[in-house]
Amino acid sequence: MPALWIRHARIVDPAAKRDAVGDLFVVDGKIAPSLSAAAKKRARPLDARGLVACPGLVDIHVHFREPGQTHKETIATGSHCAAAGGFTTVVCMPNTSPPADTAGTIQFIEDAVERGAVVRVLPTGCITVGMKGQTLAPIGSLKRAGVVAITDDGDCVQSNELMRRACEYAKMFDLPIMDHCQDASMTQGAVMNEGAVSTRLGLRGWPNAAEDLIVARNVILSEYTGAHIHLQHISSAFSVDVIRRAKSRGARITAEATPHHLALTDAALGTYDTNFKMNPPLRTEADRRALIAGLRDGTLDCVSTDHAPHTDYEKDKEFDYAPNGILGLETSLAVTLDVLMRQNKFKLTRVIDLMTHQPARILGLPAGTLATGAAADICLFAPEERWRYEANAGFSKSRNSPWHGQTLTGRVKTTIVGGRVVFHDGRVVAR
Amino acid sequence: MPWHRKHLITLEELSLIEIEQIHATATAFKRTMTRSVKKVPALRGKTIVNLFLEPSTRTRMAFDMAAKRLSADVISLDGSSSSTTKGETLRDTAENVQALQADMIVIRHSAAGSPRYLSRILDIPVINAGDGAHEHPTQGLLDTFTMKEHLGALRGRKVVILGDILFSRVARSNIHALVKMGAAVTLVGPSTLVPESFTALGVSVSHDLKTALADAEVVMLLRIQHERQASSHFPSLGEYTSMFGLNKTRASWLNPKAIIMHPGPINRGVEIDSELADGDRSVILEQVTNGIAVRMAVLYLCAGGQPENVMPTA
Repeated sequence: MPALWIRHARIVDPAAKRDAVGDLFVVDGKIAPSLSAAAKKRARPLDARGLVACPGLVDIHVHFREPGQTHKETIATGSHCAAAGGFTTVVCMPNTSPPADTAGTIQFIEDAVERGAVVRVLPTGCITVGMKGQTLAPIGSLKRAGVVAITDDGDCVQSNELMRRACEYAKMFDLPIMDHCQDASMTQGAVMNEGAVSTRLGLRGWPNAAEDLIVARNVILSEYTGAHIHLQHISSAFSVDVIRRAKSRGARITAEATPHHLALTDAALGTYDTNFKMNPPLRTEADRRALIAGLRDGTLDCVSTDHAPHTDYEKDKEFDYAPNGILGLETSLAVTLDVLMRQNKFKLTRVIDLMTHQPARILGLPAGTLATGAAADICLFAPEERWRYEANAGFSKSRNSPWHGQTLTGRVKTTIVGGRVVFHDGRVVAR
Repeated sequence: MPWHRKHLITLEELSLIEIEQIHATATAFKRTMTRSVKKVPALRGKTIVNLFLEPSTRTRMAFDMAAKRLSADVISLDGSSSSTTKGETLRDTAENVQALQADMIVIRHSAAGSPRYLSRILDIPVINAGDGAHEHPTQGLLDTFTMKEHLGALRGRKVVILGDILFSRVARSNIHALVKMGAAVTLVGPSTLVPESFTALGVSVSHDLKTALADAEVVMLLRIQHERQASSHFPSLGEYTSMFGLNKTRASWLNPKAIIMHPGPINRGVEIDSELADGDRSVILEQVTNGIAVRMAVLYLCAGGQPENVMPTA
C-alpha cells in the first residue's frame, strides 16, 4: 500500500482540538507524523486544497438488512453508502432476519463484512431472544463473537424487570445497551407525532410521552444498576430535559439525535409522503429546537443516521401501511452541516466532533481521531460545494430519502479506510 | 366562476366559493329527483368505479345512486372481493381500474391519505368517500347542505358536534366546511375523544354538555366507533350515554328550532334516544336523501361539468 500525502487540507481533528491548514501523512494504513523527502516522492499525493480533512465519520446506528432482507440493502451496498457519505465506521442494528441474537448470526455478519464491506462495519446483538422482550439473549456469547453493544432496536424492551436484568448482566461485560425508547402500549397503530398535525391529517399519533417514559425508565435503571445505556434517536424536548438532569447527576447515559429529527418537523407530513415516515416520528419545531440545544450543551452526545433502507414497493403504500425508516448515510454530513453549522452557528469542529470522536467514545471504538498511529480513516469534503442528491443515483439498494432531488451543501470527495481510498469523486473505488 | 377541480379529496382545501358551487349544483340536481323520470344524461357513457375497501352502507349506496341518476355506468368493488385480499397493493388495484378505462374512481379506505395518494398516481378523477379518521368530504358537503336548507346562511349559527371527534372523518370535514361558512362550532364529548388539539382548526372544545347545547341551532351526533378505539377511551357505553347521550331533557336545552343530525349508522340508545332519532327535529333521513344530490353534484363537477350560479343565501 503506497503512502498517502494529503496536501493543503483544512485538518479538523476535534479529539486533538486541531483545526488548521496543513498536510496529513499515511504510512502502512496509519496516520504518520511526517514523511521523509524520499518517501514523499513515492507517496500518492492528494490535493486537498479547499477541502476539510477530518477523521472518517462514525455512525453508531445503521440498518444494513443482512441477513434476510437483502432486497433492501446488503452489508456491501450499505458500506458503499457509508463510504459515499464519508463514514468509515458504522454500527449495524440486529433487527435482521433472523435477528442477530446468536454468535452464529454475528459470525455470518462478520463474514459478510469481510467479503463485501468497504468500511468498518461493527455488529450489535439483541438484548432478548428474537427481540421478543421475553428471555435474555446469550449476551456473553454475543460479546465474545464481537458485538459492540446490545439492543432490541425498534422493539424496545417493555418489561422493566427484564431491562433491569439486562443492564446488570451487560455491565459484567462492559457492554453498552442501546435503546429505542418507546412505550409500546401508548403507540398502538401510531404512525406520526401526536399533535396538531396528526389531528388535521387523521393519522394516529405517537405521543412524546411514550418516549419520555422510557427515557426516564432507562435513566432510573442506569443509575440503579450502573449500566451504560445509550438512548437512540431522541426526538422529544421533554426527553432532552430528562437526559440533561440525569447527566448532571453523573448518570452513565449517552444519547443521539438524527439529521432528520434535527432538520425536519411533522409539518412535512401534509402530503402523506411515506419518505417522511420513521420511528420515532418527526416532531414539532419546539422539539427540533430542543434537540439542537441538547447537542449544543452536550446533553445529546452525537449524531447518528438510523439509515433504514426500504424498497420503493414497500414504501409506495398507504401511509398507515408503509414501513418506518429512511436512508441517511449519503446525506447526513450535508444535512447536519446545514442545520448545525449554517443555521445554528455551531463551529465546524463541533459538528465534526458530533460525527466522529463523540460516537466513537460512546461505544469505546478506536475511531474518530487523526492522532499519529491511529488507523488512517479519513474523510475529505468540500464544505460549501452544492450538489443535487438523487436517491435513484445513490449507492443504496433502496431510495427512501426525504432529501431526494434536493440541492445540498457540503460534499464528500474522498473517503479513506485504513489508508486505502475507498470512495473518490463520486465513485466507490475499492470493492 | 368556472369549476376546475378534478379530484375531491378534502374540504380543507376547498374554498368557500367552491363549497357554495357544489351546494348550488346539488340544489339543481335535487330538483330532478322529484320528477317521474329521475335520470339525467349528464354522465352518459362514463364509467365510475366505487372502490370501497372499508365497509359502508349509506355512502356506497348514495354514490351508486348518484352515479346511476347521472346515467353513468357503475362498478362497485369492496374490500373482500378485491385483489387486495390476495396481497395486491392499492397502487396496482387502482392502476388496473384505470387500465380498465374507468372514467372516475370513488374510494373508501381505512387508511388516512389514501385518496391523496391515488390522486397522485392516477390520471382520472379521484373522489374521497372517507379515508380513515381524515376526511369524508361529501358527508361534510351534504351535512352543510342540509343545515342550509333549514337555517339559511350558516354565518354565526351555533353548531354542536357531539361524540367521538378524535376518530371521526365526518367531524373533520364538517369542521372545515362550517368554519369556512362562518358557523360557530363547538365540539363536545369526553376529553379523551375530544382533545384540545382540535381548537387549532378554528372551533371550540367543551366537555360541558349543558352549556354547549344551550341555544344551539344544530346538534350533530357522531357514533362511538368501537372499531377504531384500540384502547379504552371511555369507561363504557353506558357511562357515555349517561354523560353525553342526547335524550329528551338534554334536547330541551337546544334552541327550539334546532335540528338533530347524525351521519349514521346510529346506535339507538347509545348516543341518541330512539325517540329523538325518529322525532320531528331529526333530519337524519333528509341527510341521506341530500347525500344523493350532493354526490351527483360532486361527480358531475369533477367529471368536467360546470356549476350552477351561486345564489346569495338569505
